[in-house]
Amino acid sequence: MGKTLFEKIWERHVVKTIDGGPSVLYIDKHFIHEVTSPQAFNGLNKRGIKVFRPQQVVATADHNVPTLNQHLPIQEELSRRQVEALHKNCAEHGIELYGLGHRYQGIVHVIGPELGITQPGMTIVCGDSHTSTHGAFGSIAFGIGTSEVEMVMATQCLMQSMPKLMRINIEGKLKPGVVSKDIVLYILSKITASGATGYAVEFAGSAIRELSMEARMTICNMSIEMGARCGMIAPDVTTINYIKGREFAPKGEEWNEQLKYWKSLFTDSDAVFDKEITLVAEDIEPMITYGTNPGMGIGVSGHVPALNEVEENEKVSFQKSINYMGLQAGAPIKGQKVDYVFIGSCTNSRIEDLRMVASFVKGKQKASDVEVWVVPGSKQVEKQAKEEGIDRVFEEAGFLLRQPGCSACLGMNEDKIPAGKYCISTSNRNFEGRQGPNARTFLASPLTAALAAITGKVGDVREYYHENVEM
Amino acid sequence: MGKEINIIHSTAVPLNIENVDTDQIIPARFLKATSREGFGKNLFRDWRFANDDENQPKSDFVLNNPTYSGKILIAAKNFGCGSSREHAAWAIKDAGFDVVVSSFFADIFKNNALNNFLLPVTVSDDFLQKLFAAAEKDPSVVIEVNLQEQSISIAGTSDRENFDINSYKKTCLLNGYDDIDYLISMREEIEAFEKQNVPA
Ligand code: SF4
Repeated sequence: MGKTLFEKIWERHVVKTIDGGPSVLYIDKHFIHEVTSPQAFNGLNKRGIKVFRPQQVVATADHNVPTLNQHLPIQEELSRRQVEALHKNCAEHGIELYGLGHRYQGIVHVIGPELGITQPGMTIVCGDSHTSTHGAFGSIAFGIGTSEVEMVMATQCLMQSMPKLMRINIEGKLKPGVVSKDIVLYILSKITASGATGYAVEFAGSAIRELSMEARMTICNMSIEMGARCGMIAPDVTTINYIKGREFAPKGEEWNEQLKYWKSLFTDSDAVFDKEITLVAEDIEPMITYGTNPGMGIGVSGHVPALNEVEENEKVSFQKSINYMGLQAGAPIKGQKVDYVFIGSCTNSRIEDLRMVASFVKGKQKASDVEVWVVPGSKQVEKQAKEEGIDRVFEEAGFLLRQPGCSACLGMNEDKIPAGKYCISTSNRNFEGRQGPNARTFLASPLTAALAAITGKVGDVREYYHENVEM
Repeated sequence: MGKEINIIHSTAVPLNIENVDTDQIIPARFLKATSREGFGKNLFRDWRFANDDENQPKSDFVLNNPTYSGKILIAAKNFGCGSSREHAAWAIKDAGFDVVVSSFFADIFKNNALNNFLLPVTVSDDFLQKLFAAAEKDPSVVIEVNLQEQSISIAGTSDRENFDINSYKKTCLLNGYDDIDYLISMREEIEAFEKQNVPA
């Protein structure tokens, strides 16, 4: 019997399997950030040991950093202390840090790929659930807790049980106005926010193969929202072209060596998954969420489910959720007022996302009663946006281009959505209070968010698809 | 080390809400600490207090209801989804819980709980409903969780169910062993592995 992509990488990284228990899994790359690492460093210091393989660890400051005036000291004391602790810990343990002001600083899941650190066939972890993003390169990449961060720092290994395997195929061709964020919100609306718990998911099918690397990252990024242990896409020529020439990509002879390995990374035709789902690309329309978990999504032309469409045992949760959102069961979503637009986060803050938004808003003005924040994923994205004149398009439209960080994705810094306000957001989580206490979040693609910025309402980008929009 | 767990015999707090995510368990704005202690006071912060004000407890939230207390948290399906923040497990443990019962746990939360000697017990949907019904009817009802036997029962009734746990993890919990101690003891083997498999 053949092997799946997951199994090929997994087997290469098992140091040992404990009888009746987990395996000791070797980790190639470990990303760390200021919020989930301090307690792990404290743990090492208490034991009096150093980071085992510091050259395999890369650090950045992203979660709680301000996104304006990054050249000034951080105002908020606790955030500042956390960032200072990261600097001190990285210096003491010999870890490369792309801190505030560094030309490589940015959201951890944006910088890994853009620097060529993320490569096919690797095992990658980070104390952040959206580590699944890196799986878009055909690697096993997953989020871990702080105790596990400490284990990887101490030994470059983790105890892991083999997950079950699932493949989700998207076959066909996307309709104009439909982008990768819509694919993943559509999958979530079909399988729910716990539909892949316990599984490693491989995304496949002709619609996935067609996607750019950045679009693939958006999908793998949100595999954790289905509960998946990780998400992955087999590497192909798109992957290889993306990596080639990047800062930390292999060069020369090493490149040729790696290429041989990468080319072996695909699921054999006779490999078996524990579960397999196939969805049709043509069925997908621009998606938006109406509730308080990412599985509560609908097409923009649809309506919030009516009470009789909700399963009996889910009625209480459903009602609680739409009460929080201030929405009515059965009401159409199109035309719903929004107050804030957030374009950012490790889901959709890469250069292609900003280009997509810019090509849509060029020559237009934001609605007067909407506040629009664009937060690039990294210093490099910010720089490129400026080189391409995207910053001027935003300025003319009345959008505020901020500096790189997680920002309103989790509202840990001052970028919070006020209570009761509606925010259409390109991020990945619409949980209660995620963007600020009592903030109300609609998750959508950068295009749908851009449209809402211009009209002040939830709308259907397909009505504009004749425009020259890069997708 | 005193971390071991085996038999927990306690009243329980029923939290009958599905899909409780880690942003609810501990909102992001409380993640700025650099130590592991003290997260319990902000557990379910935004469900416990109106307007982020400790003087305005929400009386309809179960953790504010003085009739309920104990070391066991009964939670509904898909508990702990969302962010990987281990602070969620720290907050629950810090608030005095040793066990969380649900019919379904998110993966990362489950690992984090186990690494902090907070026992996640997965039961059937039916049994979960029995637990909710029993605790809601009589807050003084005692639930017994026996890790050695892998069983959970409602005292004074014949309601009992067995639960699964990885045998390695069970040994760790019963004896107070940490994964990290084990991994550190393996460093030589890991080095040998590295020599044969040059890291990618
Ligand atoms: S952008 Fe949001 S989801 Fe991504 S790493 Fe930052 S906080 Fe997490």
